[in-house]
This record gives sequence, structure tokens and C-alpha cells, in this order.
Amino acid sequence: MLIPVKWLSEYVNISDIDVKTLEDRLIMSGSNTETVHETLKNVENIVVGKILKIEQHPDADKLKVLAVDLGDEVVQIVTGATNVLENVYLPVCKVNSVLADGTKIKKGKLRGVESYGMLCSYQELGFETSVIPKAFVDGVWLLDQAYPLGTPIGEIENLKDHVIEFEITPNRPDCLSIIGMAREAAATFDLPLNYPSEIIENTHGNVHDYVKIKIENPELCPRYAGRVVTDVKIGPSPLWMQLKLIKAGMRPTNNIVDITNYVLLEYGQPIHAFDLDTLKHKEIVIRAAKEGEKITTLDDQERELEAGMLLITDQNEPIALAGVMGGANTEVSSTTQNILIEVANFDKKSIRKTSRTLQLRSEASSRYEKGVSQNLVLSAMSRVCHLIEATGAGKIVEGVIDVEPVKRTIEAVEVRTKRINGLLGLNLTAEQMANYLRRLEIEVEIKEDVLVCTPPHQRLDLLKEVDFAEEIARLYGYDVIPSTLFRGNEWGALTNGQTMIKETRELLVACGLNEVTTYSFVSPKTHEQINLSEHSILRNAVQLMNPLGEEYSIMRTTLLPNLLEVLARNYKRSVKAAQAFEVGNVFFPKQQPIVELPIEKKMLVLGMYGENQDFYTLKGVLEKLFETFGVRNYKYEPETTHATYHPGRCANVILGDNHVLATLGEVHPQVLSNYDVDVPIMVCELDMNMLMQITNTYKKFDGIPKYPASTRDLAVLVKDEITNQMVIDIIKAKGGKFLESAEIFDVYKGEQIEKGYKSMAYALSFRAPDRTLVDEDVNKAMEKILKQLEDELGAELR
Amino acid sequence: MKEKLLQIRESATEMIEASKTLQELEDLRIKFLGKKGELTEILKGMGKLSKEERPEMGKVSNEVRDHIEDVLKSKKEVLEADALNEKLRSEVLDVTMPAKPVSVGHKHPLMKVFDEMIDIFIGMGYKVAEGPEVDTVYNVFDALNSPEDHPSRSTSDTFYFNDDVCLRTHTSSVQIRTMKTRKPPIKVISPGRCFRFDELDATHSPMFHQMEGLVIDENVTMADLKGALDQFVKRFFGQNIKTKFRPHHFPFTEPSAEVDVSCFKCGGVGCKVCGGTGWIEILGCGMVHPNVLEECGIDSEKYSGFAFGMGVDRITMLKYEIEDIRYLFENDMRLIEQF
Repeated sequence: MLIPVKWLSEYVNISDIDVKTLEDRLIMSGSNTETVHETLKNVENIVVGKILKIEQHPDADKLKVLAVDLGDEVVQIVTGATNVLENVYLPVCKVNSVLADGTKIKKGKLRGVESYGMLCSYQELGFETSVIPKAFVDGVWLLDQAYPLGTPIGEIENLKDHVIEFEITPNRPDCLSIIGMAREAAATFDLPLNYPSEIIENTHGNVHDYVKIKIENPELCPRYAGRVVTDVKIGPSPLWMQLKLIKAGMRPTNNIVDITNYVLLEYGQPIHAFDLDTLKHKEIVIRAAKEGEKITTLDDQERELEAGMLLITDQNEPIALAGVMGGANTEVSSTTQNILIEVANFDKKSIRKTSRTLQLRSEASSRYEKGVSQNLVLSAMSRVCHLIEATGAGKIVEGVIDVEPVKRTIEAVEVRTKRINGLLGLNLTAEQMANYLRRLEIEVEIKEDVLVCTPPHQRLDLLKEVDFAEEIARLYGYDVIPSTLFRGNEWGALTNGQTMIKETRELLVACGLNEVTTYSFVSPKTHEQINLSEHSILRNAVQLMNPLGEEYSIMRTTLLPNLLEVLARNYKRSVKAAQAFEVGNVFFPKQQPIVELPIEKKMLVLGMYGENQDFYTLKGVLEKLFETFGVRNYKYEPETTHATYHPGRCANVILGDNHVLATLGEVHPQVLSNYDVDVPIMVCELDMNMLMQITNTYKKFDGIPKYPASTRDLAVLVKDEITNQMVIDIIKAKGGKFLESAEIFDVYKGEQIEKGYKSMAYALSFRAPDRTLVDEDVNKAMEKILKQLEDELGAELR
Repeated sequence: MKEKLLQIRESATEMIEASKTLQELEDLRIKFLGKKGELTEILKGMGKLSKEERPEMGKVSNEVRDHIEDVLKSKKEVLEADALNEKLRSEVLDVTMPAKPVSVGHKHPLMKVFDEMIDIFIGMGYKVAEGPEVDTVYNVFDALNSPEDHPSRSTSDTFYFNDDVCLRTHTSSVQIRTMKTRKPPIKVISPGRCFRFDELDATHSPMFHQMEGLVIDENVTMADLKGALDQFVKRFFGQNIKTKFRPHHFPFTEPSAEVDVSCFKCGGVGCKVCGGTGWIEILGCGMVHPNVLEECGIDSEKYSGFAFGMGVDRITMLKYEIEDIRYLFENDMRLIEQF
């Protein structure tokens, strides 16, 4: 909402408050500002002049030579403007004047004729083309009456001003008006508010002889008032009005339209004027539209309506889209002689729906859809008629037809001072509170420690005790409410699961991986990109009803595509090596289409590419994680069917019988090529929920060994398909209680080894807690191990 | 004999002083003091001396031996020190050569900010509450006193799965879940991902992050809200940072406020980060609306509370001067590695 400060000061005496203070204080009392704009910024030395004489330039067809009276001198100005007339008053840029954009005007010579200054347009004074009267869009600005010659242009009708743009929150539609903001200023500075005149001096006839009004849908139209004005003389509105409209962001049109817009801005009440003579039946009926009914609105668009949209009709013929836009057929035109003024109240939901459905927004609809007090109707009507009469735009007919099928009652609210003080942390008296509230036009009756508060009609938001608490708080001042620390019995802590996720992230960072953050929604194409099989459960994703595009249209069921995309992006940007991880949610529907909320599971994805990074690097990181969280009883099983991975370089980490805790491996070359990557990428996806369940962070000091270990190497010849796990399992099963560790240190295939066989060498370590082991102890264990290796795996000692 | 001894003493001293290496010195030790050394040789002749002369000569020879040993020792110290210095000189490094990289990863800047905030709030006695990203329209809007026709509910503002299920537009839905499942006192923060129907550009992302807080107990006041946020702001942005509470409107709180902090880049004099105003808007807050408490089964006469929420992406961008939100979600390693 654009508020010209000088217009504001007509209702509240803020003339001795500088704009910065005004802005700051209003912000602190609840009216946040977006911008403060100064009109005629930079403008200097532009004054009122009068064209005395116009002559053709001797050497240029398109130029004219003017004699312009500036009061203290008559100067010669050469102009290309086409809309100049003799004896007209207009703003003139003197020599050494400055335009709004900073351009300096100097003495010049145009085709040999000297020019001492320039005429100027609204644009050159800094106004947007969209708010300039159409007559002056392509020409210089001409004044409509005589002003003292030489007067600086800023002094004409308060043109020099500040315009504050306020951010009006949805609960305060009453502030979408100059008076609304004046009320705020009056309350903030504790000043009286001066309402504008609504007096009509003369009336004639009787409105009932001109028109009838009927409301068919009172639930959509609680009030509708009409008044008639005759002998209308359409013309421009007075300059003071035009300039106020311009500063408030509205283009002046003609006197009748300008007055309705003026009162709209002033009161926040939309007003419409019909050309009465275009109404055939003069029987206004407000009713819901029928499906498919049509109306051509003021913007000359024919609009097809949906059933239920509220219409203003003449008997039955649509003449306006209620609260949104008038109809083209009944529009006030230059030949209009009699008008019907409509001031009405419409249901906000209905207006919002119509405006949304038709994608048609107007100053009227944007106010109605937020809520307008239905008690504003008559005063706004009087104000319009006052201005019409005062500016000589028409003659007012006696009487108003005011149809109000649904009367509004304003409920008083009981406000307990104890409760208010308790909520705000203050210690105000009932009297103090009442004073703050009365500044806002709230009627307050003090009954001991209860304030019985009746809000003014325009305040549609004051319904509950807490609403009054805010009013008191903002006038008391949020900045002077003390700052105290609440002492409760709550202590702060992370849950075990949260701690675990934090530790996981920190461990992975310590392992050299970078943390990434990617979107929870992805494209269904990611399923193809990672080669998911047709029947993969990961294809069963939750779909958004209104996605921003296919790219973000399903909730992810795996974090792999997100991570691959990140790694691929880095690779394309020539980042030589990258290691990354993300902890995030995946989403699985309980049914399709979904009824219940989907299941959200926490997953960890990690991946890497770059020199010296292979399957085992990734496996190392994973095992560090397992070690940290005390995960022990797991094993690796080759996974050959997961289409995202290299079939020979992929494994599942299996817990217990058959729970897959994680899958890790090298990405399948086809998938790599889908991501335009030509180096190996290793990835792993791990079920964090499962990890949380099996984590065992219980730690106990096991002592430092007191007796030396006895170590043995064991090299066996086995068939190629024998895995390390198979050998280790046997070593562990048969190693006896003294076996401390068994680690593979060599796998050899080559000249001395028969084809299809390999040599696997292990370092075994034995130790007893209470003595030094003798050879005999160890030899026994070694024999058992070897025997079992021979029997079960056909191994041969090397 | 005495003369011979004194002569040895003199020549040994001279030769030792003149020696240049530790090896030379060792050779001299053997030459004079060794089993077959000159001094030993002479002392072999002691037997030929008279009883009276022997003590005298013994004394002299001991004195000579002690002297040579002393000289050897001090010379050895000098030579050893020289040798060490020489070694050190030969080992000089070009300290301006690059470091050997230590491979440690980096947290995502958003997560780093989240972690910092969470630590602060835990220190202030808050627990961390979490909830689903996909939630009911009831938890996201209805229970939060959001008017049925509120624009934020429209399909051009919120992502829907059906009429009743949507992507949460704030983590306030977690506050509802917390209030519905726990009795006061409640003191939680709810960090997490949120979603709004915004095309991705320099300042908007359809996914963003919020940190919200909720305190419900008996006698919680707006002054307590100010105190809590003042403390958080000082710990997160710095001790000198000031807060400004401005009245505002949210459907779920009454009274409501927006909070500006004095610019942590320029200290409040005005700069690019604060747009020249000296203040940066960082959060919204207020006293929980009684309608919300009642909806969650909490007696609004007995209990009161406050809630606050802030955009973590915006704070991260301001804190690290990241000018484009897209950088946060591109995950370029060269960005992440700067944090």
C-alpha cells in the first residue's frame, strides 16, 4: 500500500515529524514498510510558467519557438512538444535545472535558435508511465489552471512528497487505506484523527424514482447501497486529486472514476459507478451466475462464468462482476450524464474464488478478498457524493437505497488484565491498557481487572483476548518489553538416534568425505538412469500432484541418483577426485494412490571417484562406521544382480539371516555412461534405520595384553572361487580360544600356481591373557584349521 | 720420568686441541690413554722407581691422565656440537613448499549451520524434535490456525500429493506433532527440510531448510521469548549483536513478531549484506495462539508458550556471503571444501 505522507497528514497532524521518525515509529507499532520513495527526487529549478506565444521555428518543421513567462522573466524556449497551447500554465525547466534522473538542463541552441530551458513531461519529473494521465503520456505536462508564475513545481498541490510503501499483513485489511494508516499513525503518536467531510449540501428528486435494488444471495452480498447522481459533467478531475492518485500509484482517468478511486484509497472501500442511462430496466439484482453465463468486463474481455460467481445484473442482464470488475456496456464514458454509484459489501471467499478462477485481479477484488467492513458502506457513499458535489461533477439525488439483509453485530470481548500481563511479561494497570486500546478506537469499559472491549467496526481481526494483547503490546512497544530467561526443568539433549546420525556424519567427514544436500524430490527418469529393473520396488514412488516439473515430480526411493548426479557434476567440472555422502530420507507409499502418509526411511549414501579409490577404499570407510557403532556380526555377500552395479564388483552387507544393511560396489559402466562419466565411481547405500537398531556403542576397557602374541603365517592353495570370507570363517571356527586375529596379507596367482587356483596367505595371531603361549598350544590350533581347510575347501598347504 | 709425563701432557693437549673430527679424537685417546698408549707405556716403568718416588710419580701421572681426559671430553663436546650443527645445516627445508594434504572431509555449509544452532539450543535446554517431510494438511495448516482460504495453502504455494497430504511448508507441523504427543513442559527445536512451490532461482529454492522452536509451560511470557532469542542471537552471531522485535502477523501466534539482528558483517553501519539498513531480518516468532494450543489438547488457560522459526538457507547465505541459493544445492566440492 502506497501512502503519500502529505495525504496522510490531512487526517493526522504529523507535519512536524520527519519521515524517518514516522517510518521507524510506525514499523515498531506494527506497520512494516517496504520502501520510502521521494517524489521529485533530484529535481531542481523546475517552476510554473505560462506560454505567451507560440511561433514556428524558422528552420525546422517539428520545432516551435515559445515565449514563456516565468514570473520574473520571459524566456525563449524551443520545443518539439506537440500538445502546447498559448496561455496554458505548465512546468518549465529553467536553465540549470535538474530532472528526476539527474540530467542537467543548460542553455541550448536548436537549429540556430537559442532555447533558455525546456518543457517537461511527467516522466521527466520521475513518474511511471503507468500512472500518468493518458493525455500526457506522449507530451509535456500542462496544468489545468493558473498557479503563481515561478512557483517551484514541488509546491503545486503538495507534489513534493514522500511515499511510504507499507507491507500490510493479511489480518489488517483496514490498513489498505489512507485513513487506515492515519489511524495507525494517530495511535502510534497518540494524536487525534480528523475524518474527512461527508457533507452533501444539496439534493434533488428521490432515488427510488430512478432505480430498484434487490439481493438474491445475501450470503454472498450482505449489503448493497446505490445512489444516483444526475447532470454529470465528465472531465478531468482537479489536479490536487490527480496528483494524489498518481503518488498512490493510480492513473487518473476522469472525474467520476477518479473520485471512486480516491475514496477507495481513502477509505479502503471499493466503489463502482454505472452509466445509469445504459441500464435498460434500472432494476439492480445481485445474484449468483449461472454456469456458462458471459459478461464483457471493463478491460473488453469476454469472460465465461462458473455457477456461483456473484453478478450484478440489470433485471437479469449481467452488468458487473461483483467486487471484481465492472461491465463494459455500463461503463462511465465521456458522454455519461447520469450515474448510479454502487457501494457494497461482498463475501470475501466468493470474491477470492472468482478472482482466482478468472485470473482477474483489481484494486476492488484485492480488498474484498481480504475483508472490508460492511459498516463502511454509507460513509463511503456520502464521501463520494460529497466530492462529486464539491468538484461540480454532478447533482446528487436525495436518498440512498441501502439493502442490508444480513446485519452485523460487533461482539464485545472480555480482556483480563492479569492474563495480558502474564502473557506479555509486563505489569500494566487496567487504566494503562485501556488507554492503549482507546488510541485504536476500541471502546473500553473497565470492570475491576477485566476490560470489556468493543472493537471499531473496521477491525475485523479483533476477536479474542490475545488479539487485544497484541494491540497493547505493540503500542506499549515490543522494544521495551523486558528480555527474561524462562527457567524450566527441561534439559537439552539429542536422542540416541540423533546422536548416531551426528556421529555418522562426523566420522565420514573425518574419513575424508564431503557432506552434500540434495532435493527430496527427483525425476522418474532417475530410475532409468540407474538401470533399475522393471520390477524393482524402488520404482514405486510417491507422486506429487502439482510438481514444478517432471524434474521434481516424485519423492525419492533411493539416494543413489542424487549422489551420482552430484559426483557426475563435479567430474564434468573437472574436479579430479570427489568423495561425498548424504544422510537423507527416502519415501515409500503404503498404497497407491496414497491415502496414508508414506513411510519415510533414513538412508546413508556415500560415493567416490578419483585416483587410488576402489571398492576396497569404500569398504574401508564402511568398516570404520561399523567399528564405531559396534556392528560385528555382518558378512559380505557378492551381489551380482543389482543392475546399478558392476556385477562382479558389488556386495551386500548381510546381518543375521538375510537383512541387507548396505549395498556397495562399483557403478555399472552403463550407468556411468548415463551420467556421462568415464571413470569408475564407487557407491554405497546403507539403511540408517537398521544401523540404529543394531548399533552397540557399549565400550569397556579390555586391558593391554600382558603376554606376547604368537604369530603364524598360513599359505594355502585353493580354487579360484574360494573367497576370503570362506577361509576366514574356517580359521575363526577352528582357531580356538587363543586365536586373536587372522588377516589376509597376500593373494597370488602366477607361474608356480596351477591355472584355476590361487595362493592365499594369512597372518594369524594367538595370545593367552594369563601366560605366554607355547608352540604346542598354537600348533594344535593350526592343525585343526588346516585340516578343516583341506576337508571343506580342498585347500593345500603351500 | 716426570719430564716425560709432562711432555706427553703437553703434546697430547696440543694434538687434541688441533683435532678436527671425532674419529681423530678417538685415535688420540687410544694413542695416549689406550692399553698400549703412551701414558700406559710410561707407567709400566713405575716399577723401576724407588719407593719414595712412586707416590710422587703416581700423583703426577694421575694428574696427567685426568688432564688429558678433561681435554678430550671438552674437545669431544665441541666436535659433537659442530657435527650436529653441520647435520642440521644439511637438513634445511624449504618451508614454503606445499603441505602434504591430509584428507578430511567437510560438512555441507547448511548442515554446519544447523549443527551450530542445535548445539546452542541444546545448551539452552532444548531437545530436538523431528517429523516427516510429507505430512498431513491438518498438521501443516489446519491445526496451525491457518485460515481455510489462506493463499499459502494454494497449489501455487504448496506441493500436494492429494487433498489431505502435502510436503510440509514449515517445520511447524513437527510442533503440532510434539504438542499432540507430549504434555507440557515442552521445549523443543525442529530443524528440517521444507518445501514451497518456488521455481529455482538465485534467491528461491523449492526445497529449503528451517529451524523452529517451541516452548510450552506454565507462565511462559513474551519477555521469555525475547530473552531466549536474544541469547540465541548473541551466541550464534556474536555478543555484540542486537535484536529488534517488530510486530508482525502469523496465524499461529498472537502476539507475533519479526526479529531483525544488527548486521553481523558491518556492525550496523550499513553494508551490502544488510542492504545498507544496518539490520537483517532473520526470524518470525510469537506467543502460541490459544487456538493452536487447544487444537492440540493443551489447556490454553493453564499453559502458554512461544514459538519461533528461521530460514536456515538464508542465514547460511548471509553468514558465508553465498550470493546464490543454487550453490547450496549444486554441491560443488570446491564450495563444500571451503567450510
